[in-house]
Amino acid sequence: MKTIRPFLIALTLILGFSSCSDSEDDPIIIDDNPLSDYVMLTAIVSNTHSVEIYSEAQQAFTVGYNELFLRIKDESSDTYISNADISWKPMMHMTEMMHSCPTSSISVTENASVYKGYAVFQMPGNSEEYWEMEVEFTIDGQSYYVSEHIEVTAPTDGNQRVSVFMGSDETRYVLAMMPLEPEVAVNDIAAMLFKMENMISFPIVENYRVNIDPRMPGMGNHSSPNNEPLVYDAESKSYQGKLSLTMTGYWKINMILKNESSEVIKGEEVTDDNESSSLYFELEF
Amino acid sequence: MKINSNLGRFSLGEIAPGNKVLVLAYLCLFPLFGQLYGQEFQMDSLTQTILPVSLEEVILISSYKKSLEHNSHHKPLSTLDEYLESSKKVNLIKRGAYAWEPILNDMGTERLAVTIDGMRIFGACTDRMDPITSYVDVSNLSDVHVTGGQQGAKQGATIGGAIDLRLEKSNFRPLDWTASIETGFESNNMAQIVGGELNYSNEQFYLDTDIIYRKADNYVDGNGEEIAYSQFEKYNLSANAGYKVAEGKQFLASFIFDEARDVGYPALPMDVSLARALIGSVSWEQSNFIGEFEQWETKLYANSITHVMDDSQRPDVPIRMDMPGWSDTYGYFSQAQLKLDDHTLLLKLDGFYNRSLAEMTMYPNDPNQQEMFMLTWPDVRTLNTGFYGEDTIGLQGGTLKLSTRATFQGFNVADSFGLNSLRIFYPEMEQRQTRFLKSVAAQFHKKFKTVHFTGGVSYGDRAPTVSEGFGFYLFNSFDNHDYIGNPDLKNEKALEAKLKLSVPLEKLSLGLDANYFHTMDYIIGEISPNLDVMTIGAEGVKVYNNLDYAALYNLGLDAGYKFSPALDLSGTVTYHRGKDQDDRNLPFISPLSYAAQLQYGNGSFSGSFSMRGAADQVNFNPEFGEDRTAAYTVFSASLGKTFSIQKDKMLVKAGVENMFDTFYSTYTDWNNIPRMGRNFYMTVSYAIN
Repeated sequence: MKTIRPFLIALTLILGFSSCSDSEDDPIIIDDNPLSDYVMLTAIVSNTHSVEIYSEAQQAFTVGYNELFLRIKDESSDTYISNADISWKPMMHMTEMMHSCPTSSISVTENASVYKGYAVFQMPGNSEEYWEMEVEFTIDGQSYYVSEHIEVTAPTDGNQRVSVFMGSDETRYVLAMMPLEPEVAVNDIAAMLFKMENMISFPIVENYRVNIDPRMPGMGNHSSPNNEPLVYDAESKSYQGKLSLTMTGYWKINMILKNESSEVIKGEEVTDDNESSSLYFELEF
Repeated sequence: MKINSNLGRFSLGEIAPGNKVLVLAYLCLFPLFGQLYGQEFQMDSLTQTILPVSLEEVILISSYKKSLEHNSHHKPLSTLDEYLESSKKVNLIKRGAYAWEPILNDMGTERLAVTIDGMRIFGACTDRMDPITSYVDVSNLSDVHVTGGQQGAKQGATIGGAIDLRLEKSNFRPLDWTASIETGFESNNMAQIVGGELNYSNEQFYLDTDIIYRKADNYVDGNGEEIAYSQFEKYNLSANAGYKVAEGKQFLASFIFDEARDVGYPALPMDVSLARALIGSVSWEQSNFIGEFEQWETKLYANSITHVMDDSQRPDVPIRMDMPGWSDTYGYFSQAQLKLDDHTLLLKLDGFYNRSLAEMTMYPNDPNQQEMFMLTWPDVRTLNTGFYGEDTIGLQGGTLKLSTRATFQGFNVADSFGLNSLRIFYPEMEQRQTRFLKSVAAQFHKKFKTVHFTGGVSYGDRAPTVSEGFGFYLFNSFDNHDYIGNPDLKNEKALEAKLKLSVPLEKLSLGLDANYFHTMDYIIGEISPNLDVMTIGAEGVKVYNNLDYAALYNLGLDAGYKFSPALDLSGTVTYHRGKDQDDRNLPFISPLSYAAQLQYGNGSFSGSFSMRGAADQVNFNPEFGEDRTAAYTVFSASLGKTFSIQKDKMLVKAGVENMFDTFYSTYTDWNNIPRMGRNFYMTVSYAIN
């Protein structure tokens, strides 16, 4: 046993050191704001609370799919509220009418004071028309309501990432591309499809299919091989497919949306005479 | 003489490798001062020549070489391409007036091992606009060794054979200073050629330097039409040095710098703004080696090629693009001979590492759009290690040569951007692959009285080229298709049989040369109807594939008649055929062709009259962009005279090519681009004594 002991001590020391260095690599998060690396797009301030809305990569609310993070600050104690029950409703105030947009429900992330959801803005605001973000939350049985104008801008590159259209079934749909870092490779592409039931309700549409045909209008409108149509994935509630991009540059992803019975809801084949589908996304890199 | 002794003590071995370029530049300049101080010059006869050889003809070529004088070629300062074209075996694919691509036994770059003094070099152009032969010039070369089929396996894995461009060297001959200046002019494309060489050689040290500059405008075809974008400009500098460390031990170094600018390719949609090669080597030669081994030669070499294809000179293009490419190769070989009774053994170890990268950037007509970028060669690293052995066995009245090669070749697609691009087509594609290549050959030569008979059988294979394996949307303007490489290609293998007979009679000599290649897994691009083209205006996409097999036959007959020691007539007729397993014609197979030459030479005066032509190309294949090329015959003539001016000598040579201004194009002319019409030329060589 005597001979073994030094080894055990050595082993203990090694393990001890290595675990020390481990904990240095991953310090316990004691930061006040776990979203300090994120961009705060807006803070909706009321008398008692302020609702902060963040984005990981975006600099502003942008037309299309927005993944957003929320925090609720108690102004009196300067602390963030955990496990609140939150709902939201962005409203577009048009000159003639009002409507909302597709949104997810809001869930708590791993950090109980950070909440997460997405919103798909169909259009930007302008001088006469604006979006208003309405947020309701309940803390300890007490309900609160805040709202504020938000500025939703068109993407800086002008490329289309969301399409709002009337389908052949006389239903209005919203099809939004999920964020994509395009590469010259086979890319995983995902999109979400919503049906506009009324001005407020945009449920997710399941089990449709989106055929894609990426083209480069700047170069003879050529296509790329081995693309795979976007099919519904129940787990993520989105449509997932494969997008091949053979070179950098501007790509137009022409699409045809089909319902469960393979009837065309929107979009046309690209042919020699028809350069583009009426349903498309755009990418540039 | 002070300079001489300085040079004599100069040793390259003491210089750090990084300074070699500087040293070589210094060595290039140094002798120029020698010239100014009035050293003694002699004219070293330039002995560029092309002879189709197989092993037993190596001796013949050197004896032929000695009798051959500088003025023996009808046009001494013609391009290397024209020299190659005058050979019986080599044909050249032409995309313009410059950088023709040699083909041997109906096989091009991918099936040949083309080397410079045994060094492997790979062009940097994805569209094969820069064959290796475009990076040397006649000023550098002493001769070109052409070996058919597996007889060329000494240089590397090959199917069609090997073309070794051998550099001219003074080789410790006690010539002292030698120099010459040459200039030439051609009327058709206003080509101007200026060249010179300055050499110093004694028994311990030699240094050869030469320079050549060529500039040509557009040429004019037989109908008087100017062929736009057929201009070119190039210069080439080279230096060779040798130092004898001790008797039978010598250190050699060579360096070539070649640069072409503003090269037009009338048959293609793009031109070349820059094609540059830096080619260098150092070698050690020792007459004795371990034990009975002798003639030990070891060479280390490196070369770097930059090739910039662009369309900036073309007024109307659907889209502007740049296509630069780079190819760097580092290699070595070491060989030694062993003579045992009737056996002469040659063992050679060789290897190279090549890096091929090419990219394509397209500039959209809408300036707000991003540039379109792709890697057309995805930084492919090729590592090749081979062993070659041959045994020449002396038999009664004949020889038997057995040879074999074993090669490992590994590919690594080093750029992840490029790898991901290719994985669009081949999702399961591995980043690395290794191939094993092999070759075995037996050749028998026997002399029956005066008749020489040579027969041989062999088997060999080759790995796909970078383009064939990893090319990404390479546009081929000949068949108007985009080509996609295929990393899953099998090695191409060929069974080859050949037969050669030469019958020298008293004044008449007759020769027959035939070979047959049964090529299994022949690599060629096949239409892939489901793929969409990338290039605007292209008809479709082809993917490289293995055919079951292809069969190629080559048959050549030649005859010569000596009227007198000064006057002789020679002629050749060749027939070629190539088809695949479904009897489809393969592309770039020569129709029946013929050539004849009447040559006169007595000391100071020489003259020649020659004819060259081909029958209708009946076996063509539109699938590969071919059409029926019409028959043609063209005639040329030349006259030369050597003058003595005091102690100096001057050679003036003048001639006319295509004297009847025939409008024609050959099966090797890319997109049927017409060949040059009537062309007068004159060259003047001056040797200072």
